[in-house]
Amino acid sequence: MAELGQKPFPPGRYRLIVVGSGPGGLQLSYSLTRLGIDHAVLSDDPAPGGMFRRWPVFQRMLSWTKPFAGVEHHERAYERYDWNSLLADDQVNRAVMPALMDGTSYFPSRPEMQKGLETFAQRTGIRVRFGCRWESTKEIPSPAVGGGQGGGRDFVLATSEGEYRAPVVVFAVGVAHPYRPPIPGLESVPHYGDFRPVETYKDRRVFIVGKQNSGFEIATGLLPWARQLVLASPSPAKLSVITHTLVGVRARYVQPYEDAALAGGVVILDTTIEEVIRDGAGYRVRTRNAAGRELTVPVDDVIAATGFVTPLRDLPALGVATFGQSRLPAQTPYWESATVPGIFFAGTITQGAAGLKKHGIPSNSGAVQGYRYNARVLARHLAETKFGVPAMRERIDAAALVPYLLEQVSHGPELWHQRGYLARVINLDRETGITNEGVLPLQSFLDSGRSDAVAVSLESNGQGNPYPVVYVRKEGSIAEHAMAPDPLLDFSGAEYREELRSLLEPVLSGAASPA
Amino acid sequence: MAVRDDVVNAIAAFSLFADLSGPQLEEVAHLFDESFFGQGERILRQGVSGSGFYIILEGTAGIRVDNVDRSTLKAGDYFGEISCLLGEVPVADIVAQTPLRCLVLPAAQLEGFLTAHPRIMYRLLQGEARKLKNTTKWLS
Repeated sequence: MAELGQKPFPPGRYRLIVVGSGPGGLQLSYSLTRLGIDHAVLSDDPAPGGMFRRWPVFQRMLSWTKPFAGVEHHERAYERYDWNSLLADDQVNRAVMPALMDGTSYFPSRPEMQKGLETFAQRTGIRVRFGCRWESTKEIPSPAVGGGQGGGRDFVLATSEGEYRAPVVVFAVGVAHPYRPPIPGLESVPHYGDFRPVETYKDRRVFIVGKQNSGFEIATGLLPWARQLVLASPSPAKLSVITHTLVGVRARYVQPYEDAALAGGVVILDTTIEEVIRDGAGYRVRTRNAAGRELTVPVDDVIAATGFVTPLRDLPALGVATFGQSRLPAQTPYWESATVPGIFFAGTITQGAAGLKKHGIPSNSGAVQGYRYNARVLARHLAETKFGVPAMRERIDAAALVPYLLEQVSHGPELWHQRGYLARVINLDRETGITNEGVLPLQSFLDSGRSDAVAVSLESNGQGNPYPVVYVRKEGSIAEHAMAPDPLLDFSGAEYREELRSLLEPVLSGAASPA
Repeated sequence: MAVRDDVVNAIAAFSLFADLSGPQLEEVAHLFDESFFGQGERILRQGVSGSGFYIILEGTAGIRVDNVDRSTLKAGDYFGEISCLLGEVPVADIVAQTPLRCLVLPAAQLEGFLTAHPRIMYRLLQGEARKLKNTTKWLS
C-alpha cells in the first residue's frame, strides 16, 4: 500500500491502466505485477473490495470456502475448494479466506469477504489510487508514435483527479448498477440495493419483481417477517441444483420455493408485469400471463429485483458493443472488446465472453472463483501481446504427458472452476518439441493456431458430473474426444491413462523428443 | 445472458413467431439467452459437440462447410436446429460476417420448447421444408 497521504499514480500517461478495485481489478493487478508489467490502478472506492463492500444485502456470500479438503491450504489444488480467495503465486499469500472465517458456515459473511480482499491487497502490496472516479473516455492518436503499444492510439480517461492516458485500458468495474425493465410504475419502486432494514417489512405484503438469486435472497430474508410474498417474472425460475451450473436460484435461497410448493405464504407467478400502480400507502400490481389471464395483486411493498447493468459510462459511444439485459460488453475469448481493440475487461464483466457455451452451459466468469483465473490469463496475454514479455513455456517429456494431463483434469483448479472455458494446452510441434503452453481460453485454441497440439478441458452437459474432454489438433484439423465422467471425480485411473495414451499416440509419434 | 428488453419487439416481426400474442412473445423471449459474436468469430464449429438453436437478431452469418462459404443468414433466420434435432455435431461452421446478435436455446431444451409451442414448431417445419426445397432445386 502507498504511504499515508501519498496517493500513487498521479494523472498522466501510462502504458496500461486498470479501472476498479474489486476482486477482478485486484487479481489482475497482482498478476500483472508478478509478470513485471507496470500499470496504474484507479478506483472510485475508498478501499479494496468492490461490490462486496456493500452486498449481498443479507451479508453472506453465495460462494463457499471449504475448510477441510484433504489438501493443505497453501497448495494450488486447494483453490478448487476455496471459491473466495484471490490467487497468489507464492504459497504464503494463498488461501487468505479460510483463516479469516469464524467457522459457523462455509459461506463467508460479507465482512469476512471484504476483509479477505483487503488482506490480500495489503499483503501483496497492490497499489491503487482510491477516490479517483473515472468520468468519461475518448480516443486520440498516440503521442508516443512508434513506442505506442495500442496501434498508435491512446484512450484518455477524464477522472475526478485529472486526465489519464493509456493505449490499453482494462475496465473491472463490476455489473452492479441497478436495472429496471421499462414497466410503467416500476421506475419509482425500491430496487434490490434500496432494501430497507428487514423489520420494516413486518406483517406486510411484499411483491418482488424478478425470480433470480437477488429476488430469492430477499424473499428468504423476509420469510420470518412478511405476511405474504409474491415473486413474479415472465419465465419460470431455474434452480442451480437442476441446471448443475451457477445459472438458477442457489440452494441457500430455495426455501421460498418450498414454502410456495407447500402452499404457505409465498406465491410464485410466471407472468408479465404490466403495470405497478400506487394505491394509497401501497400498490396494485397488474399482471397478465402467457395464457392471457389477468391478475391484479394488492400489496404494501414492491421491490424490483430485476438485475443489474454494467456501468460502462460512455464506452458504448466510443463503439463498445453491448448485449443482453445486463448490457455486458461483447468480448473476444481474451476479454478484449469485440468492437474496440485496446479496451479489455476483468472481473465479473468477463461473463460477457461466452466462450463455446457447449450444451448451453456458461462459464463461471461471472463469479470470483471463475474470473480470478481469467485475470491471470489476461495478465499473461497482455504481457505477451502488448509488452513483448513472453511467458515461460516449459518442456515436457513425452512419457510424462499422460499423467500430467490427467493430473490437470483431476486437480487443476483452473479447469475445475472454468469448465468449458479454460483449457490446458500442450504444443506438440515437430520443430520445437513438446511444450506446456499453459492455461488458455478453449475457444482461442479451437479457432487459432495450426501446429499439432492437444488441449484438455473439463466440461459439463448440465446433467451429471463433469468429464474431461480432449482436443487433438493434427495437421490443422481438430478431433474432440469426451471421456466418461467418474462418480468420484478422479480421472487418474488406468482406464483414463490408457484412453488418453491411445488418443495422443498419433500426434506424439510426430513430435520431436526433447533434447 | 438474459435478453435485453427490445428483444420482444424484434422477434415479433420474425416468421417463426408470427402466431404469438404479446404476453406469449414475452414468455418465449425470456426462455432464450442472448449472445453476441464479433466479426469473424465462429458460433458453431463443424464436428465440435454441444450445439444450440440460434435465432439471428442483428447482423449476418455465413455457413461454411469444409472451409468453403455456402450461404448467408440474416436477421430472423435461425441455425443449429438440425444438430439439435438429430443430437449430432454440426455439419458446418457458422461464422459471423458482421457483429452478430443472437438468441440461443441449448439443444437439450429444444424438444420441450417446440412441443410446448406447437405454432412455433409448425413455423419451424415450414422453414425446414423451404430449406429442403431449395436443396432439391440446387441438386437437380
